[in-house]
Amino acid sequence: MRQPFTSVHPFDRVNPVAKLGAALLLAACLVLTIDWVSAGTAVLLELLAFPFLGIRRRVFWLRTLPVWIAAPLTGITILLYGKASGTVYWEWLAIRISDGSIELAIATALRVLAIGLPAVVLFITVDATDLADGLAQVWHLPSRFVLGALAAFRLVGLFRDDWRFLELARRARGVGDTGRLVQIPGLVFALLVLAIRRGSKLAVAMEARGFGGTTPRTWARQSRFGWREWMTVIVGVMIGMIAITVAVTTGHWNFIVG
Amino acid sequence: MGTYPADAVGRGSGVRARGWGWRHAGRSRWALRELDFSIEPGERILLLGASGAGKSTLLQALAGVLGGSDEGEPEGELLIDDRPVADSRGRAGLVLQDPDSQVILARVGDDVAFGCENLGVPRDEMWDRVRVALRDVGLDLPLDRSTTQLSGGQKQRLALAGVLAMRPGLLLLDEPTANLDPAGVTALLGAVGNVLENSGTTLVVVEHRVDVWLPLITRVIVLSPGGGLLADGPPDDVLLARGQELGEAGIWVPGCPPLFPPHRHSPGPLLLSTRELTIGRASTGTVTFDRSVPDAEINEGTATAITGSNGSGKTTLGLTLAGLLPPLDGDVVASPQLRSGAGERPIRWKSRELLTRIGTVFQEPEHQFLTSTVRDELAVGPRALKLAAGEVTERVDELLQRLRLAELAGANPFTLSGGEKRRLSVATVLATRPQVLVLDEPTFGQDSTTWAEMVALLDHLVTDGSSVVAMTHDQVFVDALADREVRL
Repeated sequence: MRQPFTSVHPFDRVNPVAKLGAALLLAACLVLTIDWVSAGTAVLLELLAFPFLGIRRRVFWLRTLPVWIAAPLTGITILLYGKASGTVYWEWLAIRISDGSIELAIATALRVLAIGLPAVVLFITVDATDLADGLAQVWHLPSRFVLGALAAFRLVGLFRDDWRFLELARRARGVGDTGRLVQIPGLVFALLVLAIRRGSKLAVAMEARGFGGTTPRTWARQSRFGWREWMTVIVGVMIGMIAITVAVTTGHWNFIVG
Repeated sequence: MGTYPADAVGRGSGVRARGWGWRHAGRSRWALRELDFSIEPGERILLLGASGAGKSTLLQALAGVLGGSDEGEPEGELLIDDRPVADSRGRAGLVLQDPDSQVILARVGDDVAFGCENLGVPRDEMWDRVRVALRDVGLDLPLDRSTTQLSGGQKQRLALAGVLAMRPGLLLLDEPTANLDPAGVTALLGAVGNVLENSGTTLVVVEHRVDVWLPLITRVIVLSPGGGLLADGPPDDVLLARGQELGEAGIWVPGCPPLFPPHRHSPGPLLLSTRELTIGRASTGTVTFDRSVPDAEINEGTATAITGSNGSGKTTLGLTLAGLLPPLDGDVVASPQLRSGAGERPIRWKSRELLTRIGTVFQEPEHQFLTSTVRDELAVGPRALKLAAGEVTERVDELLQRLRLAELAGANPFTLSGGEKRRLSVATVLATRPQVLVLDEPTFGQDSTTWAEMVALLDHLVTDGSSVVAMTHDQVFVDALADREVRL
């Protein structure tokens, strides 16, 4: 998630709840079928839409890199082990590459891109506080839960510092010569102990500011859901719908259940 | 100048305790008992007591955050403005010791507004309150500034602003300056003074450095560890009548400073030196902090203080000297005597080679605890050195006695008090008898008893020929112990 208020592109100000909704609805359309046409269409439309969101090219590639790596890896797995049909080209132990597994591999890799890219891209511009405001005010999720999670999320930075000091302390205490991997369980446990202590201190600080009382809460920032938000959701749904329509009309629609 | 609207002025709350006590769930001992006192609106109280006397518990009770019957059991009555504390949420505002665990939200404005939101303050009024509170504590920052970028002192003033925006009648401060450097202490004190001037709020502050708060307070209440009050009255009377007693209980009483050991250090041969050193922090090729350091030498039998304000790189320099952080540029060089067979640069040494050469005591003792009992904790170093079992036991027993930890030998290190944790963290390092001892803020937030013990112990080590390097902003400590000062 980005640092608060670093850029001013209009899309940044779209309510995070709308971005979350758009990503979820688009994904819902795409998990109904497993064919390469619908996923390919969606990826194409998404790539056409992304330049309008005001995300710098470097940031885009850096953040979406895991998706670009995960997609072909998933594809290769399906290629080797996927359900075989049609001509079998190569076979070794459990590995079987066939017409069927090739098609399935392409479809799956494209699908990972089609669902993963918008999810990452939409969330590059999401601020955690704004998301919490939206979840509590627009979706009416319990504020105690949403704000608790938000405050806990802020502790992640402190955990990073804790981890660094725990590693240095192990070296200082003479037990740092074993491999890093061997040390990880001990470090994780120590971090857990520190996390619980930090968490309970934070809880006291929040309670001391009246959190968890019976008074109905007011909100310092109003979370709006206007035309920008509806546009975002509609674009997401439209990409999904067009992808489905193209797949059905070209005869590639392949309903996943059954 | 009235920065508060008329309805907020002169709204100090009164407090009344009648035979009040509290016992934490699962404990047989009462944390507080038989408390009878009353505080008039607008009074400014310094609450004192030995560690374990229940000062923090009383503040938390007043703030209404002690929890319900599953957390513990109350007796008697504790009232704010004649209403039980449980029904007074929002009347009292509490600021705690640790700056990091009080920041709740990511942006300055949102964080200050958090308390108002919980109290149901209307949105339009809320942002006015936020601006007034930030101005009163002297935090001239944009509302959308990221809270993670603030210094410790700024975070404490942010927490104070968050509490003030709730317009409490009773302001509760629990050792709010213990973790701050002198500049941070001055700024926080100014902010509190300004607020009291403007609002007439009642103040109760817990702090063992009495001189810091003396200019602001009108009354001192001393809790007795056995229950009830030890003293109650105007500051001068209480401190005069009970000065010695309070000093023995670990309170910093003005005019009764802890005794310093006489300086009898005799410098020996060179152990560590730096050459055109640049310290800093770099991750994945990006330098996030860097600073060049004047060349320094550390000799046997000397104490060196590394001083400087928060964020000046004291910890980074100390950990670089200790062979834990790599220098960005230049070198830390160990003399042949310190090296004794290992390489020239401490950062290249194995973890086990560090043990007998340079020992490090971290600022947070909890970062360095590895086991579940005090005894095992002390044995970690000697075992890593592969000493014989008899030798390990001998060293552990000796340290248990010397640092008054014998009764705690079976306790879990994480359950110890602040002072005990500090003693244990030093003892674990002494167990391997390093020639150089590096300590990060060894006197941070300690009461005067632990402080005096620490100074005496370190002085003893230096007199015996060890070398001590301490990162600190405690000037009294520097005066008491240091032969040299490296100022960053």
